[in-house]
Amino acid sequence: MKIVLNSIRFFVIIATALFATTVYAGGGNKNDKDGGQVSSAEEVKEYILHHVKDSHDFTLWSYTNDEGERKHVGFPLPIILWTSNGLVTFMSSEFHHNDDGHVVVEKKGLRFAKIHSKIYELEPGASEIKFDESHHATNAHKVLDFSITKSVFGIFLVGILMFIWFRGLARQYKKKKIPTGFARILEPLVLYVRDEIARPNIGEKHYRRFTGYLLTVFFFIWILNLLGLTPLGFNVTGQIAVTAALAVFTLIIYLFSGNKSFWGHILWMPGVPVLIRPILAVIELAGTLLIKPFSLLVRLFANISAGHIVVMSLIGIMITMKASMGAVGSTLLAFVLSFFITLIEVLVAFLQAFIFTMLSALFIGMAVEEHDHH
Amino acid sequence: MTIPNLVGAGLIVIGAGIGLGKIGGSAMEGIARQPEATGKIQTAMIIIAALLEGLAFGALFLGQ
Repeated sequence: MKIVLNSIRFFVIIATALFATTVYAGGGNKNDKDGGQVSSAEEVKEYILHHVKDSHDFTLWSYTNDEGERKHVGFPLPIILWTSNGLVTFMSSEFHHNDDGHVVVEKKGLRFAKIHSKIYELEPGASEIKFDESHHATNAHKVLDFSITKSVFGIFLVGILMFIWFRGLARQYKKKKIPTGFARILEPLVLYVRDEIARPNIGEKHYRRFTGYLLTVFFFIWILNLLGLTPLGFNVTGQIAVTAALAVFTLIIYLFSGNKSFWGHILWMPGVPVLIRPILAVIELAGTLLIKPFSLLVRLFANISAGHIVVMSLIGIMITMKASMGAVGSTLLAFVLSFFITLIEVLVAFLQAFIFTMLSALFIGMAVEEHDHH
Repeated sequence: MTIPNLVGAGLIVIGAGIGLGKIGGSAMEGIARQPEATGKIQTAMIIIAALLEGLAFGALFLGQ
């Protein structure tokens, strides 16, 4: 019961944070692409591309009020920059949702502007950003950005959630044999990852060492995928940096747990003519160091991004087909199509988490497998 | 996206479609012949499909 209470308390805190969100005015700029009223196919496209990228604000929705001002509902997130003058921090609300570099924030004698969700530092003396013909900033450069962006916020959220849930589960195992409450939902999932993914792929002898990592990766990806389907608008596992980091974890684990026979089969393949061995070593090294992690990271990234784009495009039918089908017809079509695609996406969310974990287990299994030579 | 890119994306999708069709068809046949091995066949099928999908997505990604 306690874990349920803890989770409820956590959700209440999050919900309070969400509902205590401030309504803050944007630049009042009609061409502001950060939500608001979207009425043409180009704007739908731009809106989707904006959603797929990471953002420095947490905007739940936005609207244009009677005075023609753009209002955003959500909360600002901290921006943390490492610049030529050291650490600079401020809240993202100081940019007033401007995303084309026209709002300049001055901190520690430096000026900053935000263009397409990237923060630029203006050169000394410059007071506004100048663009060349291809829309590149000429008098500003990018800075090291350690901001708590929307994706980082999502990762923290899932981290805390998983810590509460699984600490509760572990604590219950210490006290008695059968977990109660919410932990009963988690137990079969944990056992599934252990018995269906870790044990058959890694082998009876070594699977215990790696089950912790596989469980973490599985639940992390799964919960984030499901969070991406909620209207909160997270797209964390669709960020290539996130999936790349996960793939690098798997790479490090199977490189450092690889045994002698694993490296022997890569560098000096037994059982083939000696002249072919160096060629095979090159191919095997490329496969182990590059192709395996690359396939892991691209699969997850592309699947989740594609899913988000498809769902949002189908919702966009509401706007693009309005002229030919009428408001009711286009909304109905958009609802039916996006509803069924979202159901498929729920399956894909699980499948991608499963596949990432399964392939990680397979690669680790290859590294620790013991060959008995006759 | 330019026309060659789009043609390439089309070819990738055709190839991946043929591959997935063969995997799915063989798995179906295998399950029909040996229903008690359904779980094992499904797991193997998903792994192969995932590898194929990774290849197709990698090609699409590099072709962008």
